Amino acid sequence: MADGAAPRAGPEGVRPAGWVVRYFLPRDLHPAAWWVWALGLAAAASRTTNPWLLATVLAVACCTVVARRCDAPWAMAFRMYLYLGALIVVLRVFFRFVFGGAEGSTIILRLPEIPLPAWAAGIRLLGDVSAESVLGGLYDGLRLATMVVCLGAANALANPKRLLKAMPAALYELGTAVTVALSVFPQLAESVLRVRQARKLRGGGGRGFPALRAIVIPVLADALDRSLLLAASMDSRGYGRAGTASARARLVTGSFMIVGLIGVCVGIYATLDGTTPRFLAGPVLVAGLAVALLGFRSAGRRVHRTRYRPTRWQVAEVVVAASGLGAALVLFATSSVDPTNLNPSLINLSWPLLSWTPLCGVLLGVIPAFLAPPPATAPGDEAADPPGGRAEGPIADPRDHAEKVLR
Amino acid sequence: MIHIDRVSFHYRGTPRPVLADVSLTIDEGELVVVAGRTGVGKSTLLGTVNGLVPHFTGGHLDGVVTVDGVSTRTRPPREFAHLVGVVGQDPLAGFVTDTVEEELAYGMEQLGVAPQVMRRRVEETLDLLGIADLRRRALRTLSGGQQQRVAVGSVLTMHPKVLVLDEPTSALDPVAAEDVLATLARLVHDLGTTVLMAEHRLERVVPFADRMIYVPGDGSVAIGPPAEILARSPVAPPIVELGRLAGWDPLPLTVRDGRRRAADVRARLGAGPRPARTPTAPGSPLLTGTNIVVRYGATVAVRGVCLTLRAGQVVAVMGRNGSGKSSLLWALQGAGPRQGGTVRVGDADPRDLPARRARKLVGMVPQTAGDLLYLETVAEECEAADRESDASPGSCRALLDRLAPDIDPDRHPRDLSEGQRLALVLAVQLTAVPRVMLLDEPTRGLDYRAKSALGKVIADLAAAGRAVVVATHDVEFVASVADRVIVMAEGEVVSDGSTGEVLGASPAFATQVAKILGEDWLTVAEVEAAFRRER
Repeated sequence: MADGAAPRAGPEGVRPAGWVVRYFLPRDLHPAAWWVWALGLAAAASRTTNPWLLATVLAVACCTVVARRCDAPWAMAFRMYLYLGALIVVLRVFFRFVFGGAEGSTIILRLPEIPLPAWAAGIRLLGDVSAESVLGGLYDGLRLATMVVCLGAANALANPKRLLKAMPAALYELGTAVTVALSVFPQLAESVLRVRQARKLRGGGGRGFPALRAIVIPVLADALDRSLLLAASMDSRGYGRAGTASARARLVTGSFMIVGLIGVCVGIYATLDGTTPRFLAGPVLVAGLAVALLGFRSAGRRVHRTRYRPTRWQVAEVVVAASGLGAALVLFATSSVDPTNLNPSLINLSWPLLSWTPLCGVLLGVIPAFLAPPPATAPGDEAADPPGGRAEGPIADPRDHAEKVLR
Repeated sequence: MIHIDRVSFHYRGTPRPVLADVSLTIDEGELVVVAGRTGVGKSTLLGTVNGLVPHFTGGHLDGVVTVDGVSTRTRPPREFAHLVGVVGQDPLAGFVTDTVEEELAYGMEQLGVAPQVMRRRVEETLDLLGIADLRRRALRTLSGGQQQRVAVGSVLTMHPKVLVLDEPTSALDPVAAEDVLATLARLVHDLGTTVLMAEHRLERVVPFADRMIYVPGDGSVAIGPPAEILARSPVAPPIVELGRLAGWDPLPLTVRDGRRRAADVRARLGAGPRPARTPTAPGSPLLTGTNIVVRYGATVAVRGVCLTLRAGQVVAVMGRNGSGKSSLLWALQGAGPRQGGTVRVGDADPRDLPARRARKLVGMVPQTAGDLLYLETVAEECEAADRESDASPGSCRALLDRLAPDIDPDRHPRDLSEGQRLALVLAVQLTAVPRVMLLDEPTRGLDYRAKSALGKVIADLAAAGRAVVVATHDVEFVASVADRVIVMAEGEVVSDGSTGEVLGASPAFATQVAKILGEDWLTVAEVEAAFRRER
């Protein structure tokens, strides 16, 4: 782990400055920063098929994830994205073998071609396989895999629940609904297990519909009871308080939103349909968007609610986001200056070359592995998966029980 | 603080009002306990305080309820969030977020409390409730007592003037319940919060209560000092019943009071013989379990337990939440996991039999009894039970009539009261005529009367030569039904002996009567019998 980056910042014996220590205090970064970083890397990867560059992007993503992820379940899922990436590459190459890979002159494998009926013209099964087409498949697959892995890195580094919390105020209700919905699934799974076990006590008999019903009905009844309890609890805890908004303010907000959305719809239609007058396209779209955003703003301001310990956008977030964006920008810039090395030629087979500029650009993305503060979440702290079972199950905290000695 | 003025309430379609012309006033800083049987309208009364009744539940409410001068007539419950904090029975069902800290802050976020104030209040509340070390934990991984304390904390952060609690300890083991109640008592003393609380286990809360409301179920309510209300109330903790029996006036409400008054009764009882509680000659062994091991991944729920159940014996399994009681019962029945050891019923292991045959050897009523019910009416459930057990038609209904008479066969099982539903599930399971019956937490949510009815059913089963195992937290219930008590901790058997030995000797498990009269006397019934013998 690169957790020790902070103390090592200064030479031996010299204490790092106060702000450096403060900067490197463990904390969870704003999830949006990680997403910007990852999308930047993915955009960079989308501009090139150079395997060296793509491998560098992969290395950058992996290195950062290993250095800055916590022990939460979503962080542990990163390896799944790596497997998925590998699968994508393998499939891409495999398809080049199966469906005609004969573009190019360097034939490396001659397979018997399977003749297809006339209506399937244009599709080839097996046949000659050229090095060029296999290589093309490999580069293409590698690019897609790299982009997928970049998204996986964002998923591993950004706490999805914090992302929900960082929603704009006007979408608060939506965020709460998603949070509640997410907590329902483990509960439902738990209910199903419990009821299935209980079913055995009644003989567990029956197949097909009656057996299904014997499980579904208690589970749904249970879920309904719970949701009513939750609704009552949320209601009595102030969820959806009207606050101080007057009826007039509400009317204004509502009309802004509706007028704005109508404008956006008309604008999009006009943009896509060339026959409508041009003044309906761009101007109306922009105006509609502006009005809708105004409505959104005012809706957000109307919500009289505060956030507990909101994640703030600080210097570290800027560094992380900028490193991702920087990587993307450098690759976009080089692609207009020197495109050959970004997309190695498949006509004249040669080792793809690596030029300094894009490499340095991609390497910008590794900055967060050293310059982002380490995550705060201690192992297994937040949202550790319950091992199943109800209150009676083995989920009680042993630390708590140790105090209450029986006798 | 709370004024309820000539309030009547009825649900649509029911002829009888739940509350009829109720008027009462609760002053600031009072702790008022609401008592009454299940289903008489305690929760309805509590719900009127913040307007959940009728705004959330529906129904028709006449009269005026005001809290701190604000009427519930025009404002929905959410507008009372800063005035009234509500804590329900099942804390987990009421949680909106998923970590302790966020849950404590949730209500304040809704109220729009300034971030610095929120931060401060969360820290204060964490300390006040003694849960500071849990702050980052996921709510679902907490124990029941911790969850309930978090639920209390999550409404306290809003600084409500009134705290309404609907049976906050009904799902907790005695120690956890004690924790929660002690916390509440401290809140009343330190913060002067007004508390209105419904509770079944009166023996726990009466010592803290300033006044008591008794809801008889005919729509009226009675309010007064606890001693006065309890003298007349049919639901009363053992200590009050003992006081009534001994003719003490005023009635003692705490063990301390009782002990000071009890010198004469102790002398009177000391002269006579001790209650005969030695179990009648133990019958033949029906079930033998050896070295039972149950584990879920790395957590060991049951760690090599051996036990033998004999005909005619009632065994109580006690221990805190998570000590392995349920896992042991499930393993004995054979439907639950069991990684090691053997269970023999006769010459068979119920786990190796098909479920249909296993339930004829060992029957079980799980903790959430409702999981077994899936049909629309009681009659259909009974017919299904007859078919499942290859019993003659009508046997389940006959059993049900013995356990709980007068249940309308057309009612939906989910609409029954807790006690009736338990009776239905018990009848369904008994239709298979198992020799061994396992009951997991059957007393949860039962009032005193339903508990004594259940006690009679259990005694009848034992008298018919069956073995009954009851896993429960309820010391008073155990004292009245069990011959033998097994205490479990961390999956192991900590003590195993006759009820008198185990309950009498331990301060943690002693009944109220034992605390007052010494370890020989466990229940009021025993004292009553001794008095009768004297005469």
